[in-house]
Amino acid sequence: MKDGGTRYEPGASPVISLRGVTAELGSRPVLRGIDLTVNRGEVVALLGANGSGKSTAVRTVIGQVPVTSGEIELFGTPRRRFRDWSRVGYVPQRTTAAGGVPATVTEVVSSGRLSRARFGVLRRADREAVQRAIALVGLADRAKDSVNALSGGQHQRVLIARALAAGPELLIMDEPMAGVDLASQEVLAETLREQVAQGASVLLVLHELGPLEPLINRAVVLRDGCVMHDGPPPQALGQHALPGHDHVHPHAAHDAEPIRTGLLS
Amino acid sequence: MNLEILDYAFMQRALLAAVLVGITAPAVGIYLVQRRQALLGDGIGHVAMTGVGLGFLLSWSPVWMATAVSVVGAILMELIRWYGKTRGDIALAMLFYGGMAGGVMFINLAPGRSNANLTSYLFGSLSTVSEEDVTAICLLAAFVVLVTVGLRRQLFAVSQDEEFARVTGLPVRALNLLTAVTAAVTVTVAMRVVGLLLVSALMVVPVAAAQQLSRSFAATFAIAVAIGVSVTIGGTVTSYYQDVPPGATIVLLTIGVFILLTALATPLARRRARAAAQAAAQEAGDPAECAIPATRTPTGKVGV
Repeated sequence: MKDGGTRYEPGASPVISLRGVTAELGSRPVLRGIDLTVNRGEVVALLGANGSGKSTAVRTVIGQVPVTSGEIELFGTPRRRFRDWSRVGYVPQRTTAAGGVPATVTEVVSSGRLSRARFGVLRRADREAVQRAIALVGLADRAKDSVNALSGGQHQRVLIARALAAGPELLIMDEPMAGVDLASQEVLAETLREQVAQGASVLLVLHELGPLEPLINRAVVLRDGCVMHDGPPPQALGQHALPGHDHVHPHAAHDAEPIRTGLLS
Repeated sequence: MNLEILDYAFMQRALLAAVLVGITAPAVGIYLVQRRQALLGDGIGHVAMTGVGLGFLLSWSPVWMATAVSVVGAILMELIRWYGKTRGDIALAMLFYGGMAGGVMFINLAPGRSNANLTSYLFGSLSTVSEEDVTAICLLAAFVVLVTVGLRRQLFAVSQDEEFARVTGLPVRALNLLTAVTAAVTVTVAMRVVGLLLVSALMVVPVAAAQQLSRSFAATFAIAVAIGVSVTIGGTVTSYYQDVPPGATIVLLTIGVFILLTALATPLARRRARAAAQAAAQEAGDPAECAIPATRTPTGKVGV
């Protein structure tokens, strides 16, 4: 898909559906009744300033943050009864793929295959899928290296390979472009384009549209836990006109040294 | 090598216990280090003291009593981690010191017992490892190995990234509880040999030492267990010949290994960095073929 893959059938069955969702962190209301739908094959960007509730919205979808009211459905099933997790690939908001103990790229990405592996036993097909996912993000030559030896952008590529390892139909990504160098941004945009071309649905939390802009079908803008805008991406105005935009630019300039990319936002 | 040490039944028991501790403590510890809860073992050790005290007071086996109480304590800590968001550290502190105070209190209430008994549980003692202790230690160690090796992929995923593990459909809460319970069981396995106050060192330091050399989780696990077994056997034998306390000997040996490996790892890391720089310089060629063998060689030499 060279032209950015802006095709989806309106009226197709939703893969994610939030209706009147409210959520609190501590006792502070963070979501005040949001509606959000992602249809099959659609790429939806969730935009908003820091603290507008975009990450919380995504984390209610995966069950990490409990909802106080409202309904969430994944592939038409209420989230509480949803068990088919191999259909969902999730990229949490992270600046690193590393834990407290060294682990190789292959070991980290293998975790993403557990949703398809019965009792945690990885068969040959699973191992091949893991290596394919690593190759997709262009890290095949680093597969046996420790993730500690990677740059910030490469960490993000590992996290995305981990989400792709199960071959999901729906990708949920929380700020996948934060702190990512230009080379990795291009790899990530290309990977995403391929996934969309193969029919994947995507929900992306973004601070700004950036290099993914041509892929995005629809943008939902949050402000103070409410939906402010749901429709075409606000291209005409530019992302700087979004409510509460605070001009943080985690991306390196085109001519910047790649070394700077280790400084994560 | 003089093997007269094996002629004594108490030393046979002590060595068997030492080997099991050397395997189990790092095997659980690696997941605690991975999830950055390196001191959880220390907390459980404090709680287990109440179990030992209760065992004396009620004339039940202190090992099984300590297991029961530390499992309850570990579950409580895990529950505090879920629900107590703001004052979690304070609640944990109360659990730790409450557990220690409970141990001292119960021991003193127990008829005809003194704190001298408690000392053998606090710092480890070889000569007092009984037949029943060894049975208990074998059963508990089998459980720990079964969990830490059998569920290694699930525990790795949950300890690496809990939020992501949830989306792979893993029972995250159950696995967290299982990790805590396994850590509690390990504390009681290790209690007779290294003692409750030093047990956490054997969970954490071999893993930290192994990390100096390894790049993968699997290698870290293997090296940490190898270090664990070496130091527990070394410490037990030393303590037999030199009449020094086994727990302290084992912990000091472990720290010695850590320092040694850290010193070794510095030139190793430098060589790796140089190899990586060379690979980057030859990027026009074929980086896949240059980078991997060049960086793999050093680990091959030091791998146990």
